[in-house]
Amino acid sequence: MTTAVRFSRVSRHFGNVRAVDAVDLQVAAGEFFAMLGPSGSGKTTCLRLIAGFEQPTAGHIEIFGETAEGVPPYRRNVNTVFQDYALFPHLNVLDNVAYSLMVQGVAMPDRHRAAEQALDLVQLPGYGPRRPGQLSGGQRQRVALARALVNRPKVLLLDEPLGALDLRLREQMQEELKALQKSLAITFVFVTHDQGEALSMADRVAVFDQGRIIQVGSPEDIYQRPNTRFVAEFVGSSNVLPPAFVQARWGRDAWASLRPEAVTVGRGDGIQARLISRAYLGANTRLALEAEGLRLSAMVPTGQPLPADGDTVTVSWAPEAVHFMTGEE
Amino acid sequence: MRSDRGQSAPLGLKIAAVAGLLFLHLPIALIFVYAFTTEEKSYQWPPPGFTLKWLGVTWERPDVWEALTLSVQVATISTLVALVLGTLCAAAVSRSRFFGRETLSLLVILPIALPGIITGIALRSAFNLADIRFSFWTIVLGHATFCVVVVYNNAVARFRRTSGSLIEASMDLGADGFQTFRYVILPNIATALLAGGMLAFALSFDEVIVTTFTAGQQATLPIWMLEELVRPRQRPVTNVVAMVVVVVTFAPILGAYYLTRDGDQIAGAGK
Repeated sequence: MTTAVRFSRVSRHFGNVRAVDAVDLQVAAGEFFAMLGPSGSGKTTCLRLIAGFEQPTAGHIEIFGETAEGVPPYRRNVNTVFQDYALFPHLNVLDNVAYSLMVQGVAMPDRHRAAEQALDLVQLPGYGPRRPGQLSGGQRQRVALARALVNRPKVLLLDEPLGALDLRLREQMQEELKALQKSLAITFVFVTHDQGEALSMADRVAVFDQGRIIQVGSPEDIYQRPNTRFVAEFVGSSNVLPPAFVQARWGRDAWASLRPEAVTVGRGDGIQARLISRAYLGANTRLALEAEGLRLSAMVPTGQPLPADGDTVTVSWAPEAVHFMTGEE
Repeated sequence: MRSDRGQSAPLGLKIAAVAGLLFLHLPIALIFVYAFTTEEKSYQWPPPGFTLKWLGVTWERPDVWEALTLSVQVATISTLVALVLGTLCAAAVSRSRFFGRETLSLLVILPIALPGIITGIALRSAFNLADIRFSFWTIVLGHATFCVVVVYNNAVARFRRTSGSLIEASMDLGADGFQTFRYVILPNIATALLAGGMLAFALSFDEVIVTTFTAGQQATLPIWMLEELVRPRQRPVTNVVAMVVVVVTFAPILGAYYLTRDGDQIAGAGK
């Protein structure tokens, strides 16, 4: 397996702020890699380090085996889809897409042909003569994608590219991006703060917090077996069980996580809990419960009879649903 | 409501508005009329007769040509200096953060807020102190102090509206610094620079006060006119020159107005 991007103890400090702090990271060639984290967690700085807009304070970066430190952005075979798309307002769509070929000195007919093909790829055939200002947000996003893909970079960086789109368009673009990545076999590094987006699209996810990577793994790993409380709460809002609770039931001195959908609410055996509130989410209803001084949430499929607020119920779960978090110190 | 669009303004207001406009522009029309009068020693109303001979007389006068050439040269070079320095300064202030950035911005704008006479005296004493002889270049230097401001103001406004990620996008797509300047920065600020340059040219072309303090024996066109007005012969020649000055300065200002208006639309299109 070739490594597309390798970070060895990479740090980027801005004065006293440790935006990226001793990060080790390996992205495999042809992989769809997501960097997930809240704002200010260092994921975008990592992306900018790969693009070359930032230089590491310490550590070593390799892109396809070549040292990246000191190499300016325009000499890296890495392209970026910017959060605000950054389309050139004075050029039409075709010249925007052909820009990278133009600065390389490719002749006009050749680069326009390549740009047309790239526009076909993102399903905007014939949009070449328009100005970026005449396009909708979703179309601009596609143009930015075509512009970044036209000279077939080795790595494509995407900085929250779907953030400005509405929900339906976002879901459609998620599928298209995934399909595009598969067919082009280009390494995608995708930055997002939306856990649903990261889980549904990526082959592997790195969860960032405060300039460090907390956990790297497949979406299933991250979701089912979070390392720490932070990952459990950030990725899909798991129930986090403190060591005292865990010790009393399973005899282990560790934090544990429990998915809301694994919690069964009924009247039979189990732990006594009081229902505090309900939130109807469409296919499911989320219940907020209190048991032994602990706040628990449970996800119940819609259609099942629900207890009233303030009722006492019992909660239970399958033993294998409980995941002990070993990464928590 | 007061600002209803279809409703006509009251008659009194219309008269006041027309009177105001006449007060502003009638004197200028008078200048034009006197350019064609037959009376050459004093401005007599109504003019005793009309003639076109002053156009020819003006054309034949070498001192007019000297003053005009000097003014055009000074304005051109001051504008070029201002374009380079003003753009560089605007780029530095809007593109990076450094200690004293706000102070620098204020110091650049200050010369245009300062009365011309202060600038003039300051420059004159500075030239004397440094033992610099008054010449064409001291006039250019004096004019550049306010021309830079005009270009800077236009350029800095455009830089602020141009998204910073455009430059990163260009670099990301393989363009080096020069190509990024040529293909991305310049097209985005070009109309602002043209507008700033035209305003700078017009300002320099009719500047009197600073020029009085920084010129040696040479006379720019406005200075020449001031001197000419006190002489009692061939007075209408001054009026002919005044007409030319109005046209020469008005055209670029009008152009600048239309260019920046279009520029707003271009800059806004990317949002």
